Amino acid sequence: MVTSNQTLKLELGQRSLLQRLKPIDWIWTALLLVGAFFVYSEYANLMDLYEKGILVLTAVTLLVMGFSWRALQLLTTLIALLSLFGLSRYGGDLAQAEQDFFLKFMFSSQSAIMWMSALYVMATIAYFGWLFSQIEFVGRVASSMTWGATMMGFVGLMVRWYESYLIGADVGHIPVSNLYEVFILFSIITALIYLHYEKRYETRSLGGFVLLIISAAVGFILWYAFDRNADGIQPLVPALQSYWMKIHVPANFVGYGAFALAAMVGVVYLIKNRVVARNPGGLMAKQLPELNMLDDVMYKSIALGFAFFTLATILGALWAAEAWGGYWSWDPKETWALIVWLNYAAWLHMRLTKGWRGAPMAWWSVIGLFVTLFAFLGVNMFLSGLHSYGEL
Amino acid sequence: MNLAITLLVAVSVASIIGTVLQQNQPYSDYLLKFGPFWFEVFKTLGLFQVYSAVWFLIILGFLVLSTSVCIYRNMPRMFREMQDFRLEAQERSLRNHKHNNEWKVAAPIEECMSVSNELLAHHGFRLREKSGDDYQLLSAIKGAGSRWGYLLTHIAIVLICIGGLMDGNVLLKIAESLGEIKVEKRNISANEIPEISRLDSSNLSYRGNVSIPEGGGANVVFLGYKDGYLLQQLPFTIEVEDFRIEHYASGQPKSFESDLVIVDETLKEPIRETISVNHPLIYKGVSIYQASFGDGGSKIDVKAWPLVGGKNEPIQLKGVINQEQKLQSAQGVMNLELNDFRLFNIQPSPEEGRKFHNIGPSIQFKLRSEIGEAKEYLNYMSPVETDGRPYFMSGVRSSPAEPFQYLYLPADSSGSVHRFMAFYNRLKDTKTLYQLALKIASATDGGGVVPEGGQEEIAKMMSMLVGIYVQGGMDAVVGAIESRIPEEKREEVAGIYVKILRHLLGVVYINLLKDEGQSIDQEMSAFDSQFFEDAGAAIGAIERYGSPFYLQLESFEHIQATGLQLTRSPGKNLVYPGCFMLALGVFLMFYMPQRRLWVYFRKRDGGVQVLLSGNAVRNEMDFAKEYQQVHDKLEEVFSPHT
Ligand code: HEM
Repeated sequence: MVTSNQTLKLELGQRSLLQRLKPIDWIWTALLLVGAFFVYSEYANLMDLYEKGILVLTAVTLLVMGFSWRALQLLTTLIALLSLFGLSRYGGDLAQAEQDFFLKFMFSSQSAIMWMSALYVMATIAYFGWLFSQIEFVGRVASSMTWGATMMGFVGLMVRWYESYLIGADVGHIPVSNLYEVFILFSIITALIYLHYEKRYETRSLGGFVLLIISAAVGFILWYAFDRNADGIQPLVPALQSYWMKIHVPANFVGYGAFALAAMVGVVYLIKNRVVARNPGGLMAKQLPELNMLDDVMYKSIALGFAFFTLATILGALWAAEAWGGYWSWDPKETWALIVWLNYAAWLHMRLTKGWRGAPMAWWSVIGLFVTLFAFLGVNMFLSGLHSYGEL
Repeated sequence: MNLAITLLVAVSVASIIGTVLQQNQPYSDYLLKFGPFWFEVFKTLGLFQVYSAVWFLIILGFLVLSTSVCIYRNMPRMFREMQDFRLEAQERSLRNHKHNNEWKVAAPIEECMSVSNELLAHHGFRLREKSGDDYQLLSAIKGAGSRWGYLLTHIAIVLICIGGLMDGNVLLKIAESLGEIKVEKRNISANEIPEISRLDSSNLSYRGNVSIPEGGGANVVFLGYKDGYLLQQLPFTIEVEDFRIEHYASGQPKSFESDLVIVDETLKEPIRETISVNHPLIYKGVSIYQASFGDGGSKIDVKAWPLVGGKNEPIQLKGVINQEQKLQSAQGVMNLELNDFRLFNIQPSPEEGRKFHNIGPSIQFKLRSEIGEAKEYLNYMSPVETDGRPYFMSGVRSSPAEPFQYLYLPADSSGSVHRFMAFYNRLKDTKTLYQLALKIASATDGGGVVPEGGQEEIAKMMSMLVGIYVQGGMDAVVGAIESRIPEEKREEVAGIYVKILRHLLGVVYINLLKDEGQSIDQEMSAFDSQFFEDAGAAIGAIERYGSPFYLQLESFEHIQATGLQLTRSPGKNLVYPGCFMLALGVFLMFYMPQRRLWVYFRKRDGGVQVLLSGNAVRNEMDFAKEYQQVHDKLEEVFSPHT
């Protein structure tokens, strides 16, 4: 018999955004504001109204992302500091890249990108090492190297941005204009999305697999730089001189990165599915994440990619309306973007309306990567059109 | 729904075809590529213009229709669902949900209720209550966004497709099938185009091109349509004052700009505006883009040096790009078609470090013989450095599919073609050549070994050899040897011939230098001796060059033409809002998934039995987390660990 004497006390956590912020968040906000004002005061004369808008938008996005994922605060701050250090070593003279010790070995864009490449490859090995050994230290090294590689990748791009202005004031442009540059962007965005899931799902066991595809991208970067000598900074053709590039290209690569990640998760799903059926007690069956978690990551990643790819395609259409005289020209790149989009729309329909799950969806997400890859590279290699900026 | 997937697949397949098979090429190219049979098949299927093929438009139409029906069917249900708190839920059905937990609480039911209410509201749920005799139900919903997302994305797709169809050429197709318009295929000037191939300015949407020379104007554009074009009348006139190309320091183009004047009766003052790539001008719903550029009829002065026939003086010509003229040559009357003039020619630089450099103006033209055979030439105005020496370069090819083969005429020390031409003319002057050869032969008679009259024979032979070389190059010399000399002696004779040839050419060359006023007592300079080698090689190549003239561009007045693209696309007004809805809808759909929670309170044994239950259609893992949070809080409240 329960008596009615129990007192009910509800203590709600501090849920409103302002209340949840810690001192570190305020420092972060202050740093970000200082940074944004610094960039504005330094470069406002080079920006048009839209670019100022993009700067504000970037700052706000970073702020919000930093609040919900504090690791980004450190990452951003380090990128800013190292990039500024790199810029200061140049002292306005591009030739310093070969002379200054720090530039030559660390922070010239070439060197930073080499560091990024090396770290990603080592991180891949470390992740697999961790997967099979389960030594916590190895896992930490793997994660740290991925963070470090991502940091160096961003530093490389920031410094490259500056280097382009050193070549000539009219040559300067954001480094997302050719295949070499966007492959770097692809690597660091994919890594960031992965790191986000690593924290959110508290597992490192996807790391090796996702970094495999990043290592492949790194392989391409190295081949492109050393075999093709295609890593030079080229001035922009008139069609690319637009603020649209600053948002269209990154949005696209969030899409590509997320789709690539989803495909690798699909691979893990299929492996897990198989090893569980064959050898449920085995190492792989134990180490790899649960199937429904994999399914969830795959869905989240495709949803994220789809959302950004939608945005990117729309931005592309708006840009085309300004540069090519029509929002849609059935140019091969446009058309393949549509095909990629339709493919994932169908994937999402099947999952959300028909409730499809499991291996077929995993296979489909792997196939999706090939469709995406064709839109990304195949079109440049095999088809010709208006979009022939990054040629192989 | 299955229809939707089928349609999406159909659109994808059509799109793939459209990218694999290059669209909108001249029909003759397709015919060449696929042969007459497949050409007809593909043409009938509309594969050369997939995206405006009737069947493709029908698929799009179906997509619009089926999506509309889908929205129409789902919308009421969705709105209802957004407002439906499922207050009719029974205790038993709540226990069937994936997530549910129970507590027994010794507190008044109202208190249990208000605490739960506060907690769920805090988590952002919308709430409704229902009370029965001995129970209370609290029903909570969050994330109506996903439903709105569905509506927005699907309405967006309908809008975008309709807008796209409006801007496509459906209306033109209908008009064509009714015989109201006819595609023009001939290459004729705008005012010769018949009425039936013209569209007036009321045409809803179009996308066409026009090329306007500086100082000129246009009030029409050409719409590429099937294997021909249509002429679209504009509601205003565009005049072009100036066209500019700016270059980077490295020589690559940096910007293309046109200064436009829009003249329109309804305007008091004409509009003056500069457009460039990425910066179009929009007037009366028509967007005007900088799309391309070309020559607008540059005026050029050309010296035509005859290459065949005897010694000849050059002919002075005046020409206009995009026009043709007759030219009298030793091979009959030639038609000279001036196709292009370029002020800049950016080439990969031979120097280390600098990637590109400008090698100056050029003209491109065709020379057509009386029987209609034509070769195309590309001549550079200034000498171009090759291996450190200046040459006048002239490219030649027989068809546009081939790369140019170059003739290199060495430039003399004053950077002109004069010395080469003088040398060449002297070699063509057979009489003087014979005299010269005779002199040489007499000087080397070897003390009377050569019989009387033998010198003449030798001199004849020598000058003939030069004649053969000048007319046919080394190939002809080899041919002559092969036809006259028995095989076993050929090698020996060839050696002698080459020596003789070189000797005579050398003497002519030295005479030329002498006549230029150079003293030849000293050693010939490296420049002059290399010039001799190059000139000899060039002369040997003239036969293959195949033109009766070398056209030397002397001066020019550059008149450019700007290539404008004009579009009118009223569908934009649907497509753009559609795009906005699509973007918004997609984010809502994925990031505001619908979740439901119920808290069911029943008085029992003097206390309250609390049942928490929840379900989510998607994003189950996230929901499980949120459910756990709510559960943990309630756990703290209802059964605190003391
Ligand atoms: C290009 C065309 C289309 C695209 C890109 C598209 C996209 C989507 C996406 C991404 C979803 C997921 C919705 C969610 O998360 O709630 C969805 C849901 C859905 N779609 Fe489509 N859709 C298209 C056409 C159609 C058509 C033609 C139909 C019907 C004939 C249709 C019927 C549905 C239905 C019934 C749902 C489930 C809505 C729900 O219960 O939430 N869709 N669509």
